[in-house]
Amino acid sequence: MNIIVCIKQVPGTAQVEIDEKTGVLKRDGVPAKMNPFDLFAIESAMRLKEKFGGRVTALTMGPPQAEKVLREAFMMGVDEAYLLSDRKFGGADVLATSYTISQGIRKIGGYDLIICGKQTTDGDTAQVGAELAEFLGIPHLTGVTALLDLAGGKLKVEAEIPLHVVELQIALPCLITVEKGIFEPRLPSYRRKLATADRKITCLTLADLEDTNEKHYGLNGSPTQVQRIFPPAAKAEKEIWNGGNAESADRLYALLKDKRFLTELR
Amino acid sequence: MPKIIIHTEKATDIQALIALCPFGAIEYNGKELSINAACRMCRLCCKKSGGVCEYVEDENAAKIDKSLWQGITVAAEMVGGQVHPVTLELIGKARELAAKTNQKVSCLVVGYQLENCIGAINAAGPDEIILYDQPELEHFRVEPFCAAWEDYINFAKPSVMLVGGTSVGRSLAPRVAARFHAGLTADCTMLDIQPNTDLDQIRPAYGGNIMAHIRTPNHRPQFATVRYKIFSMPEKTAPHAKIIRRSLSAAKLVSGIEFLNLRKKQNERGIEDADVIVVAGRGLKKPEDIAMIRELATLLGGELGSTRAMVETGWIDPKRQIGLSGRTVKPKLIITCAVSGAVQFAAGMNGSELIVAINSDPEAPIFNIAHVGIVGDVYEIVPRLIEKIKNGERNLL
Repeated sequence: MNIIVCIKQVPGTAQVEIDEKTGVLKRDGVPAKMNPFDLFAIESAMRLKEKFGGRVTALTMGPPQAEKVLREAFMMGVDEAYLLSDRKFGGADVLATSYTISQGIRKIGGYDLIICGKQTTDGDTAQVGAELAEFLGIPHLTGVTALLDLAGGKLKVEAEIPLHVVELQIALPCLITVEKGIFEPRLPSYRRKLATADRKITCLTLADLEDTNEKHYGLNGSPTQVQRIFPPAAKAEKEIWNGGNAESADRLYALLKDKRFLTELR
Repeated sequence: MPKIIIHTEKATDIQALIALCPFGAIEYNGKELSINAACRMCRLCCKKSGGVCEYVEDENAAKIDKSLWQGITVAAEMVGGQVHPVTLELIGKARELAAKTNQKVSCLVVGYQLENCIGAINAAGPDEIILYDQPELEHFRVEPFCAAWEDYINFAKPSVMLVGGTSVGRSLAPRVAARFHAGLTADCTMLDIQPNTDLDQIRPAYGGNIMAHIRTPNHRPQFATVRYKIFSMPEKTAPHAKIIRRSLSAAKLVSGIEFLNLRKKQNERGIEDADVIVVAGRGLKKPEDIAMIRELATLLGGELGSTRAMVETGWIDPKRQIGLSGRTVKPKLIITCAVSGAVQFAAGMNGSELIVAINSDPEAPIFNIAHVGIVGDVYEIVPRLIEKIKNGERNLL
């Protein structure tokens, strides 16, 4: 059972603001961290490995400093790590990102299962997993809430769909995205940190990939283009009540009554 | 394709220039400035650098013929034999867009035993309903559903595909978008359209702290997903849709995914369907205090909602979480109690009809979006309000 886990380095906090006057993002040395949803993906891979054997490989795409999340993956027990990093990968949207990762995975090869987290906390799209599966030509399942069994080249899982919880069996090789809370992620181990301090991380650049046409990567390979970014609008009409707690409670009661929110009472 | 060029020789203050980029994509190696892989092409550097950074359009890029791609298609979602309301909301939005560009609105429905859903869809006013109605399509499985969308897109060549940002939509839309090497913009909160059929897509980015305006200038179809309750339900119209039936060959219906067991989720009413939500925020001091918030919600016939912080402390069930990483809600009334109002929370509820915020901090960002902002103490206001509602109730009897 060879598993590849796709992870990403994201800003350590989402508290980024835009300066309304200059239109520039206020970014005072926000630290980076592993996308929290990816911890569940790594944990899922480790649980499968512990039960069924095999290897777990972590893969990320990003600037050279994204290596840090791969080191963290080592600390959680991951065996191998690859970093997809090239200036030509910059400015990638969902399509170009998924394509680049699919090329990285083709390079690594020999996988039975790919696990992704539900989404990232910066892009928030939750769509790279599905596009990646399409580029690799393998089936995928999103929203996996439990791993039930692995037998006869098929993985049995539980997933949530609207109104129902389903038990599904999916043929390997395949890709799954796991929900937050599928397992409690293990903490990075200090002992493993020491043991893996020298472990090699393989860096893949455009030249290492099967498809070296730079038009398929980064901004060039991205159908969507950001026209502009701007701060979210604040609503104009608003009133502020600061006449004291008792007065505000009474006014709120009157407002709710006036707007007919209390009519359901019997 | 366009790119950004930095004229290092024109730069007077290297550090200030590096600081311009919100994504840290400008690098300096001691000799030359360059753009690294973190660039999101927001072009802020071009606007703010006084000519040091230059945006260069690539004129050699082959342009597609947009006139070959016509119409706006809403991909319907079926839930338990019913049309998901997000489908109808999207048809309403599609009609607005289509009116501007004089295009038709189509609704693509994939599933089994679909006859009963035609009426509901038709009342929303599409010009065409395309059905793929086969037993193998009863449950959502990604390969045959993709095959149906692929068949449809090749057949109809829609310019825009609008998809509900549900679990199924978020699994299917990216897969098909990748198949067509097309652009996909997730979780749009505003949509508009250009005369040349380029879709203007606006979505929260970077954790919801900024909004991004996105276009797909040279690829078709343009895929966009939109969450439930972002747009309004359309008024019912006289049904006029042409019904088109298509089917897939057996080979296209094969899937590597087997259904073993399907059980109903516990029948709980979600916060997405509540007309009234009262939200408990991080300003509450202990888990027991949630009881009064819940009581107020119950008195108003509504549901308890939560911020991310309250879910992370384990005080409230994650299903009640509102915001970008939780649910998007659009109730008639939302009362936030001791919620600071981070933008990712606000993005999940700022479409609510009436927003009342109670917070002791007059600077709390929640007051930027609240229609009624009450600067005060939740521990004083909520019990008094509950008391008054209860007394009012007694008076009614």
